[in-house]
Amino acid sequence: MIADIVAHSLRAYSLIFAFAIVGAVIWLSYGASNLFTKGRIHGSAIAIAAGLVAAYVSGRMTGGPKGLADFPALAGFGVMGGAMLRDFAIVSTAFGADLATLRKVGPAGALSIVIGVGLSLVAGAVIAVAFGYKDAVSIVTIGAGAATYIVGPVTGAALGATSDVIALSVAAGLVKAIVVMIGTPLWASRIGLNNPGAAIVYGGLMGTTSGVAAGLAATDPKLAPYGAMSATFYTGVGCLVAPSVFYLVVRLLTGEA
Amino acid sequence: MTIYGVAILAACLLVGDIAGRLIGAAIGVEANVGGVGIAMLLLLFLLGRDQSRLAASPGVRSGVEFWAAMYIPIVVAMAATQNVAAALSSGAVAIIAGLAAVALALIAAPLLSRLAGGGA
Repeated sequence: MIADIVAHSLRAYSLIFAFAIVGAVIWLSYGASNLFTKGRIHGSAIAIAAGLVAAYVSGRMTGGPKGLADFPALAGFGVMGGAMLRDFAIVSTAFGADLATLRKVGPAGALSIVIGVGLSLVAGAVIAVAFGYKDAVSIVTIGAGAATYIVGPVTGAALGATSDVIALSVAAGLVKAIVVMIGTPLWASRIGLNNPGAAIVYGGLMGTTSGVAAGLAATDPKLAPYGAMSATFYTGVGCLVAPSVFYLVVRLLTGEA
Repeated sequence: MTIYGVAILAACLLVGDIAGRLIGAAIGVEANVGGVGIAMLLLLFLLGRDQSRLAASPGVRSGVEFWAAMYIPIVVAMAATQNVAAALSSGAVAIIAGLAAVALALIAAPLLSRLAGGGA
């Protein structure tokens, strides 16, 4: 009886429940950061990694695509971590950003988006070819997935790719996002990611908004607005280039044109 | 009033999103072209300048700063709702393609950062 009442409360207040859990996870993560790593590994990095592990375990248990949010009592995570509040919070971080810096490194940021999209498309396409894909539609769709998990399916749908190739492209984009989330704090100092200019370039090169948003949060939240700003333009550029110019080039190379 | 800050933030995101979708439609792309980035620029334009009277209002500040402080918790919730199981069980093509894209970007990052000239 008590269990039913508790479960009812948690479902009725699922977003509130998510706030409470995330608060507890962050508290534990910052404690662990101080206790075990003397603050060397950022508390938010630990919290984000814990979130990813929880998402993996949940996915295995429920078979669903939404991590923790596939448990009815934890559906609030889907709202809290969904695109609506994520974008709202990302925009709010711009309040601390410096307009003059943005203006100064804007051109380098724009260039990094174009180069970043190009590099990802080529990387994904080369891997697709190495794994035996021979038709331009599949090669381009997998390449587009290596850009972001939105560019992949948008491109695949536009070109008429098969559903298993589209699923692969989404997976490639997810892998990228997760690697960027976990990896950014690990390699930040080695690639000089410690100033707003470098963050703008990094966001433009990586392009995965969720990956960059979480990666920079775990590295230095002050850099987050700069990286997120350029990353949000990347998916649009990818959706523009992948099914058009890139597809035509790949078709020439595969001899389909 | 705190709600003023929240409302300004909301208006920026909505205008940015609509602008991003319009740009996408104009260039024939089925996606939002930089809507969040446009929203960030709008917010900076409204509140980011030194002489901004809006930004000087404590209510406006607190409404925006609350959401900025919620950024990391929201990102943690986002991480907990990723389809990690699908990503890890998708097979070698997807995993290697994703890793290769990150690796190439990492190689290019220091070169382009130098071009950006820091800007600290």
